[in-house]
Formats: sequence, structure tokens, C-alpha cells
Amino acid sequence: MPDLPPLASPPAPLEPPSPANENAPAPPPSVPELFLAFIRMALHGFGGVLPWARRTIVEDKRWMTAQEFNEAFAVSQFLPGANVVNLAVVFGGRLHGALGAAAALFGLLLPPMAIVLTLGALYQRYGDIDALQRVLGGVAASAAGLIGAVVIKMAAPLLREGAPALLIAAIAFVAVGVMRWPLPYVLIVMAPVSIALAWWVRR
Amino acid sequence: MNIDTLIALGVHFSIISLFAIGGAMAVVPEMHRQAVEVSHWMTERQFADLFAIGQAAPGPNIIVVTLIGYQAAGLPGALVATFAMCGPTCVITYFVSRTFDRFRDAKWRIVVQAGLVPVSVGLFAAGAFVIARAADKNIVAFAITLGTAAVAYWTRFNPLWMFAVAGILGYLGFV
Repeated sequence: MPDLPPLASPPAPLEPPSPANENAPAPPPSVPELFLAFIRMALHGFGGVLPWARRTIVEDKRWMTAQEFNEAFAVSQFLPGANVVNLAVVFGGRLHGALGAAAALFGLLLPPMAIVLTLGALYQRYGDIDALQRVLGGVAASAAGLIGAVVIKMAAPLLREGAPALLIAAIAFVAVGVMRWPLPYVLIVMAPVSIALAWWVRR
Repeated sequence: MNIDTLIALGVHFSIISLFAIGGAMAVVPEMHRQAVEVSHWMTERQFADLFAIGQAAPGPNIIVVTLIGYQAAGLPGALVATFAMCGPTCVITYFVSRTFDRFRDAKWRIVVQAGLVPVSVGLFAAGAFVIARAADKNIVAFAITLGTAAVAYWTRFNPLWMFAVAGILGYLGFV
């Protein structure tokens, strides 16, 4: 395993570890280093890249403190789009402007794209084979469960928010998942209502 | 492959990317609606298969759009769909994140985010439901879905292990 837990990495040989040294931020990565770091994160990220991004950026390379990372992630989640894609843009952009954002983004996306395109080509060619159909049937059922676990983790804090938040989540689920109404229409109605409710609860 | 499909992919994915609140999974039901029900780029079964391949491959979850684009219109489709899904939101993120500090602690931002969370949760749940409905054709498949959810919730196993077990169960003919 190339990826030992970062805290197990040995301290610098000549300097005794002091709290100041341990918390000192590392020098920021160059654009090529940024690109390579995001390639590695992407290739490690099975079932989500975010844990690897946190581990690499905060613990391993110390390019950000945990607090800085959480703030960068908050922006990434607040804005539309895939969280970890936005995070790459925020992180790369903060260090090296548009070039840094592009380096992080392409590092994150290009290797997985190459992999899934290969798999997609194999699927188009061999997808009708009965054995492969059976295997994929099992994996697809499992993949649905993987999102289910994410939903449970997200829903737990909602219980503290009370009935209105749970009702909003239930309506969104039924409208989009069961009724299959188009997402833009559902959101144009529900997002303002839900935001107004959140304001009313906090007023 | 034809130019109309490429345009449809580009328009559709750049629009839905703007509605991906809380993460990519929020738009899975809309991707399914467009790819299977509206545009007939693929069957229900193929959508579930491609979703499974996207999850089993390393990388961000959003990479499933590359596979949908590829199925719909080959390599150009894959590139157009991926660029449409990531391009507009990345540009927004790049510019807004530079001024985010100014309104990070503003009350309206906290209220907006708090208001969007329950909607995201409902949409993610709808995503899980849409995939499960496409994939779970019998009681064993449903049990695999529930079992994976439980293991992923309570442990930190690499999901590849669960996919391996589920794939073997499928191969043996249980699903």
C-alpha cells in the first residue's frame, strides 16, 4: 500500500518535532504538482473522491488546514455542480488562478474519463453477453445501495430541523423520484418555498 | 452519432448541471428521465448498467455523464456531455468562490444553504430510488441494495468489495 496514514510518516530527521513545525503549512504546489496530485486523488476515489481529497490536501501534503478545507468545501457544496469538481476549481484557482483551476480539474477528470470510456467501449461490444449482464445486474443493485447510504447520512441532521424540512425532502423525493416531474420545474417551485421555510424557522 | 444528439446532450447537461444542488447525485433522476424516457438514448437496463460501471470506476460520481454521452453519441457525445455538465458550473464556481468570503457569514447565505439541504436530500433519495427501480428486479437484488446501504453506512469498507460480492451473486444467477 503506497498510502500510509499520513500521521505515521516520519518527522524530519534533524529537527525534533515541535507543535509549531507540525502545524506549519507546506509550500503551495506548483501547477504540475497540482495536476499530478488530483490525478492520484481521482484514481484512488472509489465511491467518492472527497475523502481522498481531504486526506491528500489536509493531512498528507498540508496544503490547507482542516478549517481552510472545510471552508473551501462549503463553497463547493453551496454552488451548483459536483462537489469535488467544484472543490478542484476552488483549490486550484486559489493557488494559481485559472491555470491552477484547469490543472486540478483536468487532473481530476481526464484519467477517470479514459477509464470509463474504455469500460464503456467494452460494454457496447460485450454488454449483451449473458454472464456480464448478470454481474452488472448485481453491481447495479449494490450501486443503488451506495447512494442510499449517502442519503441516510445526509438525512440524519434533518431530523433536528423538524417536520417542515422532512416534509420538503419527502415532497422533492415524490415529485422527482416517483412522479418523474422535470427537475427544473420542481426546483423553481420548491427551492424558494424551502428557503422561505428555513428563514421562517430562523427568524 | 448525429449532430442533433450532440446538441441535445450539450443543451440538456448544461441546463441540469445548474440544478445539481448539493452534489451530482441530485440530478441522477433527471439524467435518467432524459436518457431513458424522453430521448430514448438507452434502455432502463443500460442506464442501470452504466451507472454501475461509473460507480465501480475510480473518480468523481459525475463521471457517469461521460458514459451516458458515450452511449448516446460515441466519443464526441462523451466529451460534449462531460464538458456541458462541468463547464458552466466550474466557471460559476471559479468566479463566485473568489468573492465568497464577502458573504460567507451573511444571514441570507446561511438561510439559502439551510433551505436547499432538505431539497438535496429528497433529490438524492430520488436518485437512489430511480437506480434501485431500474436494477432491483427481484428480492435478492433488493436485498443487495439494502445490504450495501447498511455496510456503507456503518463501515468504511472500500465499495469495490461490496460490488465484488454483488457481482458474484449476480453471476451465480441470484439477481
